[in-house]
Amino acid sequence: MAETDVKILGTRSSPFVMRSQIALKIKSVDYEFLEENLVKKSILLLQSNPVHKKVPVLIHGDKLICESLVIIQYIDETWSSGPSILPSDLYDRAVARFWANYIDQTWFPSLFALLFTKGEEAKGKAIKQLLAGMELFEDAFKKCSKGKAFFGGDSIGYIDITLGCFLAWIRVSEKFNGLAILDTEKTPYLVSWAEKFCADSTVKEVMPEVDKLAEFAIKLEAHMNASASN
Amino acid sequence: MSTDKVILLDFWVSPFSLRPKIALAEKSVEFEIKEEADLLGNKSDLLLQSNPIYGKVPVLIHKGKPICESTIIVSYIDETWPTPALLPPCAYGKSTARFWADYIDKKLFDAGSKIWMAKGEEAIKVAKKEFIEILKVLEGVLGEKDYCSGESFGFLDIITISLASWFYAFEQYGDFKIEDECPKFSAWMKRCFQRESVAKFVPEPTKVYEFVGMLRKMYGIE
Repeated sequence: MAETDVKILGTRSSPFVMRSQIALKIKSVDYEFLEENLVKKSILLLQSNPVHKKVPVLIHGDKLICESLVIIQYIDETWSSGPSILPSDLYDRAVARFWANYIDQTWFPSLFALLFTKGEEAKGKAIKQLLAGMELFEDAFKKCSKGKAFFGGDSIGYIDITLGCFLAWIRVSEKFNGLAILDTEKTPYLVSWAEKFCADSTVKEVMPEVDKLAEFAIKLEAHMNASASN
Repeated sequence: MSTDKVILLDFWVSPFSLRPKIALAEKSVEFEIKEEADLLGNKSDLLLQSNPIYGKVPVLIHKGKPICESTIIVSYIDETWPTPALLPPCAYGKSTARFWADYIDKKLFDAGSKIWMAKGEEAIKVAKKEFIEILKVLEGVLGEKDYCSGESFGFLDIITISLASWFYAFEQYGDFKIEDECPKFSAWMKRCFQRESVAKFVPEPTKVYEFVGMLRKMYGIE
């Protein structure tokens, strides 16, 4: 199948969309990026993901794949001759899936709350959970990396992609709230990992600039507040 | 020294613990169940050490190493003991199954739980409506197939039927029958409940209903 049969439906600011792009770049698969407008969703998006109506959607020929973690696994299994994204050891694979699930179900909601919730108490609770998560990731990194640069070892793997896609948003949160989420004293391994991740050739081009993302975050918050009061 | 022993940390009524039990039975893998005596009040040291982040069952311990989160455990079981396969062989088939497992994990049990946690007729009505809408979506996934996974019982059926072990309780508290609302889904449930790997481990519906009654008292709902 021709590699230009691969398209990603997404937005440049979405960390979940970034995951799909990084995965395809790891496999050296060319793809077309179809920019979506989430305020006015396209018919293509509504038809491709009728259940959730969310990005990313991976379009591969006539196949539609939704949910960013499902997409990464599909990419890993479809282009199996490229570098592996999920660990080959089955136990390590279960651990990687566990952390991806924790990141999305438990940790990300606290990042979202910190960015977009109002009120000192709510923000305080979000910060506490966020920082607790960072300590867990620091510990997980030491175990998973086995002394190498990434959670996945010598090269970027499943946990790297799942967590790393949030780095620009983490920087935005740090900027808005005057706190260190990646802390050279408390999470030195993660600080070093973050630098290497962002510098990687598969990530560099798709990681948004922090200043531009901060501007976008302000607009998004205004839009969310306007929608909430309507 | 770790052996190949398979241990499952379990709680008898947990619909999530049911998933690895069914999966292991499908693979004819022998395993030891270590039942939590008092999951709600006093978790065992083994559980807290094996699952320090959530402190929840199920936990699969294989060769001395713990694996947590029921859907992840079922994937691990399928990959470690490849036959009979629970997931389809192709990447696209796998992605479809994983997509729906994710949908079910995010929506189904919480929606059902809202029914028995609801206070007042109006709240129960709203909860029931949401739950039935989700079942109708799953009926669409089932289509004309015998199983969610296709011609044979597989990954998606295991993920779903385990939660269905609580549906009798939901029906009682919501005063409805799934058979009336979603007959195809109900027929699929009956088919799965008759399967040996499911029938062996699924708790008695009336006992689950009593357990939910106890939870309602605990939460001050009744």
